[in-house]
Amino acid sequence: MTSIIPAPDLLEDATAKLTCYPAKPKDLRQIALPLARVPNWQQKAIEKFAELLRKYKSLQVYMDICARCGACADKCQFFLGTGDPNNMPVARAELMRSVYRRYFTPEGRMFGAAVDAYDFDEAMLQKWYTYFYQCSECRRCSVFCPYGVDTAEITMAAREIMASIGVATKYVTEVVAKVYQLGNNLGIPPPAWIDNCQFLEEELKAQTGKDIRLPVDEQGAQVLLVAPSADNFANTNTMMAYGILFHALGVSWTTSTYCNEGGNFGLFLDFQNLKKVNQRIVDAARQLKVKQIIWGECGHAWRAGILTDTLNGPLDFLEVPHPVHICQYTAAMLKRGAFKLDKTANDDVRVTYHDPCNPARAGQLLEEPREILRASCNHFVEMRPDTIRERTYCCGAGGGLLTDEIMPIRMAGGKPRAEACRATGANVMATPCAICKAQLPEVMKHWKVDCEISGVHDLLVKAMVL
Amino acid sequence: MTSGALIGLAYIVGIIFIVGIVYRIYLYLATPAPLPIATTPAPTTVPGAAVRVAGDVVLFQNLLKYDKPLWLGAWLFHVGLFLILASHLRYLLYPVPGVVVDLQTLGVYAGFIFPIPLLYLLWRRLALKRVLYVSGVPDLGVLILLGLIAGSGILMKYAAHVYLVDVKAFVVGLLTFQPIAPPAQPVFIVHFLLVLALMLYFPFSKLMHAGGIFFSPTRYQPYKTLERRYVNPWDIDKG
Repeated sequence: MTSIIPAPDLLEDATAKLTCYPAKPKDLRQIALPLARVPNWQQKAIEKFAELLRKYKSLQVYMDICARCGACADKCQFFLGTGDPNNMPVARAELMRSVYRRYFTPEGRMFGAAVDAYDFDEAMLQKWYTYFYQCSECRRCSVFCPYGVDTAEITMAAREIMASIGVATKYVTEVVAKVYQLGNNLGIPPPAWIDNCQFLEEELKAQTGKDIRLPVDEQGAQVLLVAPSADNFANTNTMMAYGILFHALGVSWTTSTYCNEGGNFGLFLDFQNLKKVNQRIVDAARQLKVKQIIWGECGHAWRAGILTDTLNGPLDFLEVPHPVHICQYTAAMLKRGAFKLDKTANDDVRVTYHDPCNPARAGQLLEEPREILRASCNHFVEMRPDTIRERTYCCGAGGGLLTDEIMPIRMAGGKPRAEACRATGANVMATPCAICKAQLPEVMKHWKVDCEISGVHDLLVKAMVL
Repeated sequence: MTSGALIGLAYIVGIIFIVGIVYRIYLYLATPAPLPIATTPAPTTVPGAAVRVAGDVVLFQNLLKYDKPLWLGAWLFHVGLFLILASHLRYLLYPVPGVVVDLQTLGVYAGFIFPIPLLYLLWRRLALKRVLYVSGVPDLGVLILLGLIAGSGILMKYAAHVYLVDVKAFVVGLLTFQPIAPPAQPVFIVHFLLVLALMLYFPFSKLMHAGGIFFSPTRYQPYKTLERRYVNPWDIDKG
């Protein structure tokens, strides 16, 4: 079967100039990285490479075993959208493998270019910086690889090496720095968070006539909800939906102004920041003495969420099971018959579901969102089978790419998703991910697909009889 | 080439081959997998994950599901290799186990069919632009090398006949460290040298996918977050 958009002809260097803005020293200082390219950066990079090879089986094995069969070559949305051969997963990984061969294998040391082994020089670093930031770490390629080689592991390692020598992007470092300063990716200060919640409570009162609360920093609540901060600010329907959900269940919950973010941009940078960002969730749960942490509608949050026990655990102060994703929680409640639903409230909606990469390919979250949508809507349609579930296409902006200077990459990467959506005739696409929710409206506009983007819980609460 | 030089070379290559593979597999075994990274949907139990890996190894299931032409080519290629190698056991083992004798006919068929998937894989590398782009000297070289090994093997069987007893005496002599002179036919010497070249190349190349496939964390890890804590061995102190 040909892909939803046909594989393009190879266009060498098509996106070689489309790079993210470099990080600013003020942000790098916040996140404990070198403020500028370190002296003897080549040697430092190779030392870091060696360290990561010792620490990660995935990296060591994936450097060695790729047979370059090309099964992945036309599976990446960024290749399909741009035609740049370095966006074929196998070629992207080759950027790193060629350096691996040069410094870590005898044949590479002896024969160099003849066995595709190359120096880590300025030109190579520029290629790394360009193409490892044109990868959204979505893992779609790994689904097609006969060995499960995961380019996300390779991209993460390449970015960690670059970060260690002072090379990173403005967008990713800025977001991580904001988390350390203000607790969330968007940089919403605590008073503004509280204000927004109060405003949304008034909105809920106006819409439902009921006193539905969006509690902040409440000690002893049952549940700490770590939603993406965008839900408080941009995707407010989803934020209000959490309120209605817990109201209907009669469960006490809270958000935290110390940690009002699930999304973890440390994933896109290095291990130390991945761990440190995630630690805030656990610390907030301890401070507020909650019994459960529930992860909100955020894709990367869930990717980091399932690592929490390992990174920041043990989580034995919480009720099992942990971690819990809001869709798992809601789907379990649905099965118990906890909600009264009137599906006809969504009869104006022909909804399709976009699997965000991380819940689908890293978080085992495939059925629950669909169960919620089927329970809430009469008209649920799936997109083509090769574009959903574990074969879902990335929205085009995950992995730290949701930044405007690479808009052409984002739009090109979003094209397969847009075309798959167009073919269903859906007027709403539901998805539980803040990055998808920020990216997809732009993608739909760009490719002229008439479809609104919504949260999953937005549709559930619309059908809920309170 | 004198017998002595050939024998010496065989031992040197043999040592490099074994030490190289053992070292690589040791690396894969010893390097920790710090985080759970199974690609989902994934099995939730260890036996389930073992079945998943077995499916990768035996059936090439991702290719079977998503790239049928490549699957057919690659699978026949590997099954052919396996059968040919298995039927070669009769040169090494004494007495020859029954199963190896039974494999004999299959092995001969495989030897004939083997060039077809091999030529397909070679054609694919050259004809598909995307695959050509990522193909280098090593990718084409190893296919050509295997083709020459197969060709010289077929030649020995049907054109330039070499006596099985002579070959066996030579190989068993090597394995028991009582080396004797190899069969004199040039085609055997060529076949043998080509195999040594392949063995020399094996541990340092992508051919290590043969062992590495068992160590791919996205595939061998089960997805389980609710049970026992997954511990990162290099980050426990503060954990």
